[in-house]
Amino acid sequence: MVTGDKSKTGQRVAIGVLSVFSLIWVAPILFTILQSFRPFDDVVKNGVMSLPKHLTFANYYHAFGQSRMWLFFINSVEVAIPAVVLTLFLASMIAFVLSRYDSKFSVPMLMLFTAGNLLPPQLLFIPLFRIYLKIHVPHFINSNGVLYDTQLGLILVHVAIQVGFATFVLTNFLRTIPKEISESALVDGANVWNHFFRIILPLLRPALASLGVLMTTWIYNDFFWAVVLLKTGNKRPITAALSNLQGEFNTDYNLLAAGACMAFIPTLLVFFAMRKHFVAGLTLGSTKG
Amino acid sequence: MSSVLEQTPPLATPAKKKKRKSSHNFSGSDRVTLGAFVGLPTILHVLFVWVPAVCTILLSFTFWDGIGGLKNIKWVGFTNYRQVFTLDANLPIAIRNNILWLAVFALIATPLGILLAYYIDKNLKGTQLYQTSFYLPLVISLAVTGIIWDNVFRTDGVLNSILGNTNADTAVSWLGDPHKNIWVVLFIASWRHIGYIMLLYLAGMKSVDPSLREASAIDGATEWYTFRRVIMPSLRPVNVIIVVVTIIESLRAFDLVFILNRGTNGLQTLGVLVYDNIQGESTRIGWGSAYATLLFLICLGPIMVYLYQNFSKGND
Repeated sequence: MVTGDKSKTGQRVAIGVLSVFSLIWVAPILFTILQSFRPFDDVVKNGVMSLPKHLTFANYYHAFGQSRMWLFFINSVEVAIPAVVLTLFLASMIAFVLSRYDSKFSVPMLMLFTAGNLLPPQLLFIPLFRIYLKIHVPHFINSNGVLYDTQLGLILVHVAIQVGFATFVLTNFLRTIPKEISESALVDGANVWNHFFRIILPLLRPALASLGVLMTTWIYNDFFWAVVLLKTGNKRPITAALSNLQGEFNTDYNLLAAGACMAFIPTLLVFFAMRKHFVAGLTLGSTKG
Repeated sequence: MSSVLEQTPPLATPAKKKKRKSSHNFSGSDRVTLGAFVGLPTILHVLFVWVPAVCTILLSFTFWDGIGGLKNIKWVGFTNYRQVFTLDANLPIAIRNNILWLAVFALIATPLGILLAYYIDKNLKGTQLYQTSFYLPLVISLAVTGIIWDNVFRTDGVLNSILGNTNADTAVSWLGDPHKNIWVVLFIASWRHIGYIMLLYLAGMKSVDPSLREASAIDGATEWYTFRRVIMPSLRPVNVIIVVVTIIESLRAFDLVFILNRGTNGLQTLGVLVYDNIQGESTRIGWGSAYATLLFLICLGPIMVYLYQNFSKGND
């Protein structure tokens, strides 16, 4: 059986390639986790590749306490959760109208949202920075009285950009659902409000779950907007605050590893818990990651 | 769920539209609801995305120190563009890096991602484990990715340790040497990109009709032939998305280089130059806007392709 031999060799090659690549993918992550449990002195003296003599929670203790990583993690959550909820809500509303009440504006509107999502963030930030300095907010939001350097400002920019992608995805999703379902509601005399809240939102649930998981990771992982739109150190989300742990001359790399783990372990847990949703979200006509 | 890419239905035909239009009889409160449903998201999106985008393009033709009010803005035509191309030593490096980024993504990372998807699709033993490991970087922020790989590439890191370059004289400065560091960064960026391409491709391949493949195998076609002639052509929508993602991702490059060395010393990119001219040591709004507009012009191609793919009438 020549073909049998051939396919066996093929399988071996495939497994070989996959194993080598997987190792390159997982090793640096596991290594970082290991580093986060090692004391810095030990690593300096014996080198990064030395066998760990003892493991300690000291780096985490330091990162939680002195370096206030816990606070920065809360900051991230405080930005990501409202931003995702607001994005999905606004996008569901417009997707509902664009998919259920077709008009000559539907396609141009959808193109506007889709293209807006693809614009490079650098194209937006110069005027946005200026606009944020001009928009006034009550003092309980920001002691300076402007939108710049507030978490609200960060939330708004995330919502404005992501609503483009979410609208595109949700409109396409609703178009795959037969309109007859809506029409029976209209026969029953439901108004637009009830049509949306009673019929459309429940239908959207699977798509919202996937988008929600995906966008939470995107916004939680954002670095650019946090660096650009926030000035005050203790308002920063955890991704941007990690640079606090990088010293000017000497960096405690094991402390930094602990900080990095604190930043990525929550997203890894979300990923393992909701992997199907995450993958589905990325393939929903995805444009970025 | 995985094949929503291909399921994007055709947009409503004009005939249908007319029928719908006449069937609507909205009450006053319905009009308000509809107006709010469309208006709120649109206002937010236009005000925070499109207005700033247009302003940046306009600002690239002006001189403004950013201190005085809007009255101090002076129209200077193409002066900013002329200046950045002749005066800024960072621009050639940034353009080179963005091109390298695109080239490495397109010629190395993307084919590798396709290869891995192809192998994963064979459903060999342990395939779930492999698949999961390739997804991991997608969940981790680029800033954290930089820190993770810094463990490997810094002078007293893993790589030098393995190579035996442990004392300060022989240690290679992978991230500090401006001739080497861009390649290291491209390796790290590919680490993430390969998994992304794999994910998109795998979803596409799962949706290819298995009987097509079987038929091809029965006809005695080789694996390579089947892949090229049977699988590839049915993946056209995925291919378009991959082209768009590859170009746009390589142009956006910012986070990774910024966390590694603030995008200096050989790691400049267009994205970094925009930032440097606005919030760096000197404020040159005109230059920053010119860089941002250049970025936009390069992104315009893939954006158009993407819109065409999704909204052209004949496509379903």
